[in-house]
Amino acid sequence: MSLLEIKDLYTIAEDDHNKHILNGLNLSINPGEIHVIMGPNGSGKSTLANTILNNKRYIKTEGNILFDGEDITDLSTDKIAKKGVFMSFQIPIEIPGITEAHYLKSLKENMTGEKANVYKLSKEVEDNMNKLHMDKSYSSREFNTGFSGGEKKKNEILQLLMMNPKLAILDETDSGLDVDAIKIVKEGIELYKNDTNSILIITHSMKLLDGLKVDKVHVLIDGKIVDEGDISLAKKIDSEGYNKYINENNN
Amino acid sequence: MKTIINDIDTNIYELKSTNTTIKKEVGLSEKTIKAISKEKDEPSWILDLRLKALEFFNKSQDPNWGPDLSFLNLDEIATYVKPKVNNQRTWDDVPDDIKNIFDKLGIPEDEKKSLAGVGAQFDSEVVYHNIQDKLKEQGVIYVNFDEAIKLYPELVKEYFTKAVPLNDHKYIALHYALFSGGSFVYIPKGVKLDMPLQSYFRLNEKGAGQFEHTLIIVDEDAELHFIEGCSAPGYNELNLHAGCVELFVKKRARLTFSTIENWSRNMLNLNTKKCLVEEDGCIEWVMGSFGSKISMLYPMSMLNGKNATCLFTSISFAGNGQNLDTGLKVIHNAPNTKTVMDSRSISKDGGICTFRSNVYVGKKADNSMISMSCASLMLDSISKSDTIPVNTIENDSVEFSHEASVGKISDDVIFYLMSRGFSEEEAKGLIVRGFAEPIAKSFPVEYAVEMNRLINMELEGTIG
Repeated sequence: MSLLEIKDLYTIAEDDHNKHILNGLNLSINPGEIHVIMGPNGSGKSTLANTILNNKRYIKTEGNILFDGEDITDLSTDKIAKKGVFMSFQIPIEIPGITEAHYLKSLKENMTGEKANVYKLSKEVEDNMNKLHMDKSYSSREFNTGFSGGEKKKNEILQLLMMNPKLAILDETDSGLDVDAIKIVKEGIELYKNDTNSILIITHSMKLLDGLKVDKVHVLIDGKIVDEGDISLAKKIDSEGYNKYINENNN
Repeated sequence: MKTIINDIDTNIYELKSTNTTIKKEVGLSEKTIKAISKEKDEPSWILDLRLKALEFFNKSQDPNWGPDLSFLNLDEIATYVKPKVNNQRTWDDVPDDIKNIFDKLGIPEDEKKSLAGVGAQFDSEVVYHNIQDKLKEQGVIYVNFDEAIKLYPELVKEYFTKAVPLNDHKYIALHYALFSGGSFVYIPKGVKLDMPLQSYFRLNEKGAGQFEHTLIIVDEDAELHFIEGCSAPGYNELNLHAGCVELFVKKRARLTFSTIENWSRNMLNLNTKKCLVEEDGCIEWVMGSFGSKISMLYPMSMLNGKNATCLFTSISFAGNGQNLDTGLKVIHNAPNTKTVMDSRSISKDGGICTFRSNVYVGKKADNSMISMSCASLMLDSISKSDTIPVNTIENDSVEFSHEASVGKISDDVIFYLMSRGFSEEEAKGLIVRGFAEPIAKSFPVEYAVEMNRLINMELEGTIG
């Protein structure tokens, strides 16, 4: 059985009902697989990630989304997250006044429904921070407040490790990162990955994909998957761009 | 400091006692005032002052700005409610039904752990007042205000009504006509208290008014942290609170005056607070304003000596049906005086928060510095928040800054936190607690916990 199954999905934006952003999209991801979605700007990549998590900015007009065999199409975002779907944001938010440590404790307690063992938790946070080359002083800083773009992305991966979801959607996690930061993020992804969990990587480039065992690459144009292949497809797009698909689509 | 969220016991504020009253006066007239004065067996100059205040009240008008107060009918207010016990020195002598309420509020426990002295007022009279013996030996005075009139008449005469005159405004005149209870504090020169004093004002009787008077003198080079707590259970009838706080900070002295108010939603809260600060003195106001139907509260600092400082940190939270009109007034009367203000407000479910800052910098206030920051957070689109600064600066050498920000929690923030498994309410709670954290930090730990508990209760709508 697929972990994620998207069937014939159509969405419009909450503030623009005239145009479908996702236009009959189908996607199936099995447990343990890494999938990649590539597509030009405006093709609906981020909309797809947001739609899976039921962001109210997007309205689904047709189709449905199954996770672990259960229909999550209309489930609220927090419930989808609790079922094991995680999304790493392009632009993570800041929470002034709440420390990283306090945030992670709330996050953990909320996910498990139990009071956290403070010692165990701080050990876990410290271990994960070490792995991501984050200074442990981050714990006492206000969540994402004044963090650089790279630090915020690492903080997303830290939460990925802490939440350990069944499916991680990485929405352009590589964008705006320098070579060193990409390396660290990639290490984080490798730490997370095991035989049963799955990743959906949304990206423009090969940077994050080198060395990852990618099962399938999908090309998204105008809200529809128009091509699929293995990692060689990603490499081809990385060098040739999307012109071929856009021309085809216009014809 | 960490934000600690305890399990919420929403019932403690709602506790009521019956059969605790032995005498009650209703309404406002010369007759009621004379009856109160007689009951208190007070000197004639106090009665004269009360009657003068009544005269001023009767010819005064409501302010022509701020919330509408025309619904207040004093004939329906129990203006003096005397509990069955008065001014005990040990909690054992306070009857169980009254003591139980203060127990639940945690007052005797805090007294043992972290306070140098406690006053507890129940309706119109102080039921318990005590201070550590070693402080008494150092000359510290901390007594019920009514008692101070009898024990320290000269000190009281020297300071009473000197910060807040009885003709300041209509509702201070009402206060002086009816004042009862409160605390009197004198900290002698050079004495620095390492633990706070706390007075707690509990209004229990339905339809009653509370008019406590707090007067604090911190003499030269002395230091004090004073904590004021207020609460009341909810009723359908209107309750009225018109307290007054007069503070005197002498040369090089320092006073931190912290307040946590949590009034029920039937409370009309019209409070007046003023502090006179001498050379090198510092007043620090820390205020958490919760509850009430309407609050009008604008603490004032008069910086009369050079290098005098006013620090002001406040937070207010207005929910459904609440109109919290608060602010700060500062008068800079001397060179190198300084004001630093950080005020925050949260409004929800149609609540209204207004913050008025009123700064006057006089000609003599060379090189003064004023830094004001006002932030408000609205949790929905039906709530209101307003910042009204009025500044008069008559000196060119002043450094002045005023920042105001009005924010709404964006959908993107909520979505982000929901994608991490938080429900919408939990997400809002996290944002609000973060917003309030800089204020919570200014309170001692126990009170920060209390403040966070109040914020949680407001968020859950479990008050009122």
